[in-house]
Amino acid sequence: MVEFRYRSDEVTEQPSVTLDAFLDQSNATAVRLEPDDDARALIPFLDRLTLIEVAFPKYRDGRGYSAARILREAGYQGELRAQGDVLVDQIAFMRRCGFDSFAPEASLNPEAVARALSNYDHVYQKAADAAVPIWKLRHG
Amino acid sequence: MKLLTGNELRSGAVTWWTGNGWSIHVEDAADVGEHGEAILHAEEGARRVNAPYIIDALPTANGPRPAHIKDRIRALGPTVRADFSLKPADPAAGDWII
Amino acid sequence: MYKYDNYDQAIVDARVADFRDQVKRRIAGEITEDQFKPLRLMNGLYLQLHAYMLRVAIPYGTLDSTQMRMLAHIARKYDRDYGHFTTRQNIQYNWIKLEECADILEELATVEMHAIQTSGNCIRNISSDQYAGAAADEVVDPRPWAELLRQWSTFHPEFSYLPRKFKIAVIASSEDRAAMRLHDIGLELIRQDGELGARVFVGGGMGRTPMIAPEINPFVKADDLLSYLEACLRVYNRYGRRDNIYKARIKILIHEIGADEYRRQVAEEFAHVKTLGIDPPLAELERISAFFAPPAYDASDVEPDRSDPDFAVWLDQNVKPHKQAGYAIVNISLKPIGGIPGDATSAQIDVMADLAEKYSFDELRVTHAQNIVLPYVAKRDLYAVWQGLRDAELADANLDLISDIIACPGLDYCSLANARSIPVAQKIATRFADMDRQRDLGELKLKISGCINACGHHHAGHIGILGVDRKGVENYQLTFGGSGAEDVSIGKIIGPGFDEDGVVDAVEKATEVYKALRQGNERFIDTYRRVGMNPFKEAIYG
Repeated sequence: MVEFRYRSDEVTEQPSVTLDAFLDQSNATAVRLEPDDDARALIPFLDRLTLIEVAFPKYRDGRGYSAARILREAGYQGELRAQGDVLVDQIAFMRRCGFDSFAPEASLNPEAVARALSNYDHVYQKAADAAVPIWKLRHG
Repeated sequence: MKLLTGNELRSGAVTWWTGNGWSIHVEDAADVGEHGEAILHAEEGARRVNAPYIIDALPTANGPRPAHIKDRIRALGPTVRADFSLKPADPAAGDWII
Repeated sequence: MYKYDNYDQAIVDARVADFRDQVKRRIAGEITEDQFKPLRLMNGLYLQLHAYMLRVAIPYGTLDSTQMRMLAHIARKYDRDYGHFTTRQNIQYNWIKLEECADILEELATVEMHAIQTSGNCIRNISSDQYAGAAADEVVDPRPWAELLRQWSTFHPEFSYLPRKFKIAVIASSEDRAAMRLHDIGLELIRQDGELGARVFVGGGMGRTPMIAPEINPFVKADDLLSYLEACLRVYNRYGRRDNIYKARIKILIHEIGADEYRRQVAEEFAHVKTLGIDPPLAELERISAFFAPPAYDASDVEPDRSDPDFAVWLDQNVKPHKQAGYAIVNISLKPIGGIPGDATSAQIDVMADLAEKYSFDELRVTHAQNIVLPYVAKRDLYAVWQGLRDAELADANLDLISDIIACPGLDYCSLANARSIPVAQKIATRFADMDRQRDLGELKLKISGCINACGHHHAGHIGILGVDRKGVENYQLTFGGSGAEDVSIGKIIGPGFDEDGVVDAVEKATEVYKALRQGNERFIDTYRRVGMNPFKEAIYG
């Protein structure tokens, strides 16, 4: 269940299909990526997708962070959802990689999430979010 | 015999299950027999111990002696720092480890 | 030395608050140990054999006297009055209480220090040449580049849950004092047609499957470097193995797909990443470099008075040439005969800080061989420095000799170890205590690990010792022929293992074979490479 969503458009009602199913057919507009799936396979279809759900079966498996960035770097504008073993201490990194909705298996405390997202005023790297890296602040 | 050991959550100190609580002295450790797992879960859940596990040990006249050298070092302290041994007054205490 | 600006300081301060909150939640039971573990590990806090252990980052091994004094203060106030300098140029405290950990980090933050990413499956502390800025043979000072990488890798959002830990070293000399090619990524800064850039080696490491990193790119321009590294890491994050912790390091990925295929994938990724604008402008490297400007050397060039024989021996063994006339690089051995390699008391740490402040433009380095360096000492001050060190029992003149042993903490402290390392180091050093004998043997790098993870770099030892658990009994395997230097190689096991005393005897026999067979100025490793393993095997097992 989506617990945190940082976008203003309507939530997509269509259930997401697996990557294989999507590539086989389909006119689905929601797809689910497992850690093993190659996010780049979706690049030709990004325009017609409204939801990409990235599975985190274990929080230690960080492949989903790269998947998210790859999709955002390719111009994907739709909802990018992290689903599964999503913990409060990973959410800030996930936001930076382009996730804008979260469906954690175990419910998270909204205050703790808000705190995690506002803890650091600045970041060192340019990533998939709008944060301006420190080097740019230093040099304009 | 079987002993239950772990580290104190706050201090990290090595600790041994005595049958009704925890002690930093392995001599106080009690044989947990078949009940190790149940005690382990209860005590870990109550956050009285961190990273608990069950080990084999041999009963001796001076109390239980863990079967593996690692747990004997845990019980007494680093062999290379006799001053940090739990028995600093006993220079021969290290022999118990080897 | 680099100084934090408000941005750097705010990040470290925020991290302290963050970790204080995480510890509070753990103690209150809001998170389990399983959930807390990755969080504490991101902050260098381990649960070891006897207590929690805190690993504090010393970025590229460089620190000033204020920071060094803080390390002494932490040892006194929160630990048992000593610290352990590590092969990754960091310091570890062995007796830390969880409930005091945030206070320690808060104190460290006041001197621009932290424990960020000293553990966990992320990019670890960037290591470098301990002689950076002082070495006569360097192309450029590698520390600004290391600082650039420190900032880039700190809380990297994409690379904080890699398949396994990730270690990067930066050097800028043809002589490799940082075991560069035994890192996940090794960078050698070079100048090509007047332009600075990096040779990039990827996929080296020790552990249970030691590998020497192949060259993946002969020259990456300075302003492409971060993009290139992002590409290297992204390929690894996506395709590194996650099914088996022992096969999760990048060296296994590169070994399995081959250096050519990895290079191709990185090139493809780089072509894309380079379009994203993630590289800071060269002005940022220049800003950082300004902090590492050479100190205000004075012009006097006074050779030290060698009339004190103990001083003369130390001078010959522990003092190295400097790029500036009139100056020298001082190595402080943390390997007293019979002592614990890498350990220093708070009083000794304070003495080193004082000497650095007075005689080395306020700067110290930690070496991967677990020693300390004063990088900028005027030759006229060498005698005073030596006297100060001698009074603190820090003047052992054994740099690079057989008693200058790298040893991991081993089973005396480490919960992963299978055998003790420190007592073996102590026995070997004691066996060879005679300085004339050690000096006659010359450079001989002996490295001891207490388990296959190889924190004691045994694969890279001219003589390596690996402690194993043989049915509950400590057993020691001997390897010969490794090197972590520019002549990098992986040692080979010579035969069946030994008990603790047996391995000391075997080492002694090996040195006798060397003495009998050496030609000219050959070091132990040169003779071994020339004659091969057999003469050594015969002497030891025959």
